[in-house]
Amino acid sequence: MTHNLNLWVIPLLPLAGAAINGLFGRHFKNAVVSFIALFFTALSFAWAVWAVWSAWPGGPIPLPHIESFGTWITAGSFSAPFGFYLDQLSMVMVLVVTGVGFLIHIYSVGYMAHEGGFYRFFAYLNLFMFFMLTLVLANNYLLMFVGWEGVGLASYLLIGFYFLRDSAADAGKKAFIVNRIGDFAFLIGMFLLIQHFGTLSYDHVFNALKDAQKFPVDAGWGFLTITAICLLIGATGKSAQIPLYVWLPDAMEGPTPVSALIHAATMVTAGVYMIARSHAIFNLAPNALHIVFVIGCVTALFAATMGIAQTDIKRVLAYSTVSQLGYMVLACGAAAYAAGIFHLMTHAFFKALLFLGSGSVIHAVGGEQDMRRMGGLRTKIPVTFWTMTIATFTISGFWPMAAFFSKDEILAAVYRSPYAGHLLWAIGVITAGLTAFYMFRLWFMTFFGELKLGAVDVGEEAHAAAAPAHASHASASHSHGHADDQSHGHGGVHESPWIMLAPLVILAALSIVGGWVGVPKFLGGHNEFDRFLAPVMEQSRTSIAEGAAALQNTEAPAAPPEEKSTTEWVLTGMSVLAAVLGLFFAWLLYYKRPDLPDRITAKIHGIYLTVLHKYYIDEGYNLLFVKPLLALSTLVFWRGIDQGIIDGLVNGAGSASKGIGNELRRMQSGNIRSYAAWVAAGGAAVIAYMIWLGVSK
Amino acid sequence: MVPLSWYLILSAILFCLGVFGFLLKRNIITIFMSIELMLNAVNLTFVAFANYWSEHGLKLALSGHVFVFFVMVVAAAEAAVGLAIIIAVFRTRETLNVDRVNLLKL
Amino acid sequence: MVHEILFIIFGLICVAGAVNLLVQRHPIHSALSLVLVMASLALIYLLLGAEFVAAIQVIVYAGAIMVLFVFVIMLLNAGAEEHSPGSKIALLMGVPGVIVFGCLVGWIMIHTSTQLGGVRINPSDFGDTHNIARLLFRDFLLPFEITSVLILIAIMGAVVLGRRQN
Repeated sequence: MTHNLNLWVIPLLPLAGAAINGLFGRHFKNAVVSFIALFFTALSFAWAVWAVWSAWPGGPIPLPHIESFGTWITAGSFSAPFGFYLDQLSMVMVLVVTGVGFLIHIYSVGYMAHEGGFYRFFAYLNLFMFFMLTLVLANNYLLMFVGWEGVGLASYLLIGFYFLRDSAADAGKKAFIVNRIGDFAFLIGMFLLIQHFGTLSYDHVFNALKDAQKFPVDAGWGFLTITAICLLIGATGKSAQIPLYVWLPDAMEGPTPVSALIHAATMVTAGVYMIARSHAIFNLAPNALHIVFVIGCVTALFAATMGIAQTDIKRVLAYSTVSQLGYMVLACGAAAYAAGIFHLMTHAFFKALLFLGSGSVIHAVGGEQDMRRMGGLRTKIPVTFWTMTIATFTISGFWPMAAFFSKDEILAAVYRSPYAGHLLWAIGVITAGLTAFYMFRLWFMTFFGELKLGAVDVGEEAHAAAAPAHASHASASHSHGHADDQSHGHGGVHESPWIMLAPLVILAALSIVGGWVGVPKFLGGHNEFDRFLAPVMEQSRTSIAEGAAALQNTEAPAAPPEEKSTTEWVLTGMSVLAAVLGLFFAWLLYYKRPDLPDRITAKIHGIYLTVLHKYYIDEGYNLLFVKPLLALSTLVFWRGIDQGIIDGLVNGAGSASKGIGNELRRMQSGNIRSYAAWVAAGGAAVIAYMIWLGVSK
Repeated sequence: MVPLSWYLILSAILFCLGVFGFLLKRNIITIFMSIELMLNAVNLTFVAFANYWSEHGLKLALSGHVFVFFVMVVAAAEAAVGLAIIIAVFRTRETLNVDRVNLLKL
Repeated sequence: MVHEILFIIFGLICVAGAVNLLVQRHPIHSALSLVLVMASLALIYLLLGAEFVAAIQVIVYAGAIMVLFVFVIMLLNAGAEEHSPGSKIALLMGVPGVIVFGCLVGWIMIHTSTQLGGVRINPSDFGDTHNIARLLFRDFLLPFEITSVLILIAIMGAVVLGRRQN
């Protein structure tokens, strides 16, 4: 190993910070705790930058660069090392995680300044960074799974940060449990990999897949497809796709920096990263890829429709996250993995910006989170307003912001896909329009109009929708936006301190320029991002065209069809048009004629209620899964087995001994004659036995 | 010539009668006497065998008699001590009925 | 011939005395039956040529031990036996046990009676005192000394136990 980058330092630095803050932070002042957390995160970021710089392609270090620190598990022929893997894909991920993570750490110092449990927050946040970095830097699926589970744990700890509140604790549990369901499928996928490849290391598995004889394209439902589907289910759990997305909206119970870091920028993207990393497997299993495609598309549309009706500012952003993740999964389903990762990167920037900005808004209005009570804030909190504006334009896909390029690349790839690409492209465009609509709705309701703090009567239904599905009545009355307790009476609406605004500004700048690394050819760029990731994506032996051809039993075309630039211009134009339409309708309904929304919802009351209550999916899951499981657990496992059998056995052993003892006690009667009788009988028996022995010889 | 087995059967009968007395009588002193009866039966066996083996040339066949001697010594000692115990028990319990001396029950 | 007749007579006396011991109510009657048993046993010992043993049977057993029993019965002035609820175990397990034992032994004796030989009245000086003394004070000296210690202990025990508690 001539070039040792000591990649292990990158995850372990935040772990050190977490350990110090976790163990001793209770005695430190806030300033000391924040210094420790920021120091280790900054150092990790710096190291990551240095590592990426040193290993930049074209330099002395060949990629992929693998560092191994000994074996963790050896069992028979299977072994799993502690290893780190640096290639272009993990470079992107590690920079995003450490960079955005560092910015959010800075923001949190200001945001959580008045909260209790300051040291605990930063300990958990650093712990999360450790696990996430392990996840993206691992060189085998098992170590990635360690990071996978760990981020789930950190997410649980942070969502339930205000653990004294029932709804927060419930949301934490829900997130962890739903994640576990996905993890179970991930484990099955890993077991299948072990069974067929004997190893879980990336390079071994992917190199083995290059053998066309042993692993032909799986046109049916063979083990490659099943493995890919299992991995996909794991990704749906972590990345909040259908059917396991239900935890993400409830996860807004955590503090806003948590939502920004974990549920926007990094953790939820782990699923997308995993699919992109396993593209070699997915490309060989077209049926699974098809499922990925459909799930991504449906999730994007579904979540967007739910985002339209929400009134809590963080919940709108939560559904927006689910929808954007759907875009990324859609890209992976179209085998445009680079486009998916590109969107992942830009999404990290603008979604983190949106969440942090909303945190700034909530801080400004003293803890209120219901958008119907906000308004007219644009003059009062200008820096927040301008950064949020940049973010809103970005997410809607306006040129020249970052998401314009990433989203268009995705939609173009979808259009070209051989599996009903046109239909799904159309759905994608509609979703883009809906995205623009609800984001600008948020923008208008928050920053324009009149400030209506406390003056608006918000109906009962909205209460029930704003609270998580399992909230009791008591906490429903709490949900007047005290999700994070930002209500410290500073008096009046005021701008956030500079420590909170600086990350907003930086993220806004990134949102603008972040897309310029992936400008496509027809617009005059060179698409550097795609070409950067190309060596990774070429590990896969087949392209999607071959996969589709195998499904339909036809021959693959010799070369991919040429992209006509006119088609590209039309596609781009359509998506920009959708965004403009969304902006127009939002302006109409929430700025020009604010009475219109109520009249519309009155006319379609039934549909409105269904969408408002998130299509009653949570209630459905509760009925289908939670209640039967609880009943099974109570009746069968608790009463039946635990109390009946196990306690019965233990108690039974006790009472059996008592019973036997009771019977044997009668021998000790104190009656001399009975003693003599026993002796006589025993003596006779012994003599009889001895005689029998003697006679039988 | 009396067969040896006759003596042994007599001894067995006396022994069994002794055990019956031990089991069925209620007076402590009678029970003690049954014990003496058992010991006597055993003595008879020893003496019979001593005679038998002397006929058949066993050296030290006379040790049967010596054994009887010792049995008697021990029986005497036991009778003395046992009757002392019975007197002591009688003083406290005022009864010689063995069923009433059952304080050692659980 | 004479031997058998004598044996049968004295044997029957033994058994009769033993049965009487069981049957009698008052302990004193049982004690006197036991004396009879011991006397007839002494005669049987004589039939077996055990002169010394017969002598000490009469002197020690019938003359000392039984006298002691009679003294105690007189001292305690216990009356006839009363009925009290007995032990069921004794009846259930003990009696059958003893019967089984007795039958076993009897069965064996009868079946092996031809293998065992017979005994006869021995004209030699078989059970003489000096022969027994020779054995006792030479080969069995140690047990002899130990039994003397045993008797000493028994005396002390009897004195201690029989004392009136003050």
